[in-house]
Amino acid sequence: MSEISREQVEHVAKLARLNLTEDEAVKYTSQMNSILNFFEKLDELDTDNVQPTSHVLDVYNVMREDEERPSIDREVALRNAPDHEEGQFKVPAVME
Amino acid sequence: MSIFDKKMMELHNAISQKELSVTELVEASFERIGKTEKSVQAFLTLDEEGARNKAKKLDEQVAKGEEMGLLFGLPAAIKDNIVTDRVRTTAGSKILSNYDPIYNASVMDRLGAAEAIMIGKTNMDEFGMGSSTENSGFQKTFNPWNPEYVPGGSSGGSAAAVAAGQAYFALGSDTGGSIRQPAAFCGVVGLKPTYGLVSRFGLVSYASSLDTIGPITKNVEDAAYVLSTIAAHDPYDSTSAEVEVPDYVSALTGDVKGLRVGIPKELIGEGIDADVKAKVLEAIKVLEGMGAIVEEVSLPHTEYAVPTYYILAPSEASSNLARYDGVRYGVRSDNTTNLIEMYKETRSHGFGIEVKHRIMLGTYALSSGYYDAYYKKAQKVRTLIKNDFDQLFAKYDVIIGPTAPTTAFKIGEKTTDPLTMYLNDICTIPVSLAGIPAISVPCGFAGNGMPVGLQIMGKHFDESTILRVAHAYEQQTEHHKARPSL
Repeated sequence: MSEISREQVEHVAKLARLNLTEDEAVKYTSQMNSILNFFEKLDELDTDNVQPTSHVLDVYNVMREDEERPSIDREVALRNAPDHEEGQFKVPAVME
Repeated sequence: MSIFDKKMMELHNAISQKELSVTELVEASFERIGKTEKSVQAFLTLDEEGARNKAKKLDEQVAKGEEMGLLFGLPAAIKDNIVTDRVRTTAGSKILSNYDPIYNASVMDRLGAAEAIMIGKTNMDEFGMGSSTENSGFQKTFNPWNPEYVPGGSSGGSAAAVAAGQAYFALGSDTGGSIRQPAAFCGVVGLKPTYGLVSRFGLVSYASSLDTIGPITKNVEDAAYVLSTIAAHDPYDSTSAEVEVPDYVSALTGDVKGLRVGIPKELIGEGIDADVKAKVLEAIKVLEGMGAIVEEVSLPHTEYAVPTYYILAPSEASSNLARYDGVRYGVRSDNTTNLIEMYKETRSHGFGIEVKHRIMLGTYALSSGYYDAYYKKAQKVRTLIKNDFDQLFAKYDVIIGPTAPTTAFKIGEKTTDPLTMYLNDICTIPVSLAGIPAISVPCGFAGNGMPVGLQIMGKHFDESTILRVAHAYEQQTEHHKARPSL
């Protein structure tokens, strides 16, 4: 596994929709490197023939009947919204 | 003896015989909070009005001679990542500092049906990320045994509230040890159920394949009562298991004769504090004295558990925390003129430093080109860790070790380097990765005066056996009766 650079850290932040301050960029670069280094411990293990476990119990799709039923009240749904207008969530312009 | 030292059933009987009213019980809780909260700081929100109204209603039911629910009138403290209808729920994060849910988590409906009374929401590490409750976006909680020490995390507020006698019982959530470790640090009982036994509907998600909700109580019998109440299949949670829930209380026979106990050498070896080890070995002697058959065993992949967890949990977190975008709920950063900047500003100001750190780690581990090297690799190692347990459980009924490698550490001691903090979860994480149940019970005090926790681990859905062993041990000792002087 490789060393992570400051540029990569900034790229990851962009993917994660985070703006990093100068201090954070420096701090996260150093912390992520020490933790990625720690993750290399797993390379000691040969896992070629091991099945991955994403879930400890058997999981299966859960379906319900496709029936009409009342939905959440619009006013209630908007109660926690930072901004709304005419019954809709309001956000800044998506296009210029 | 305060009413908070009585067992659940003793209070139940006192109420039914009208020797005690629910209002008195709830007032006792608020009085205790008034006296101790300044030094403990366990709560983020109190619901005094809601609790008093409910108490009044329940007292009227008693007067009419109506039947009483299993947890009738008992004051409960709820971790703030469990959503509560119209009562502020922040998950310890500033990004949710104004969030008043419009529904109840399924566990809250079940507590309500059993007629418990929520008195407030407890402090926690932001989104459950931390082992000391120092990562809360709002305040630090202090260990009731000594305010210089952390209460553990991330359910530190819940464990401290029970230890301080502020609430009769509490609910916490455990992803990598967040019920068991604070229970151990605060000298109370904490149970992490089998993954899927208790519904996660309404639990603010951290790492979905690991998150569980469970009880924090002062004794094992009470833990059995609370678990009996909250364990159930839930159609609202697609990972909820469809299993029959046994009567956990009737499993508490006090008998461990012939029980096969495995002690993993990795959990009592290097890196475990000498005082902790000594107390755990003493506890094992007690069980041996009662006829349990104890043997040293091995969980060979233990040393890989912490790196595995710190790949899997942040990866799942980075995906779960993508929902905090300032559009539908939560705090939004103002003064942004385009949507992407609004997301970024909202998230950058709303999330704390450890949460952002884990989002970064998770985003990196899941990103193109790194997925196989990190996430998939960790899932494979998770299989090896689970297999270790499966092999032991073919021969042993329970596996026992310490809950944490040390007792509570001092506030500020481990905050500078995340890695040292992560290593504190070495004893609890293997259990979380395997999805098995485990309980932490008090087993004495170390030289620094802080409590030590004994961890009893069991097979999937075999909560009855770990409760039975924990209860049998408790009957032989007095540790669970010790109270901090506050």
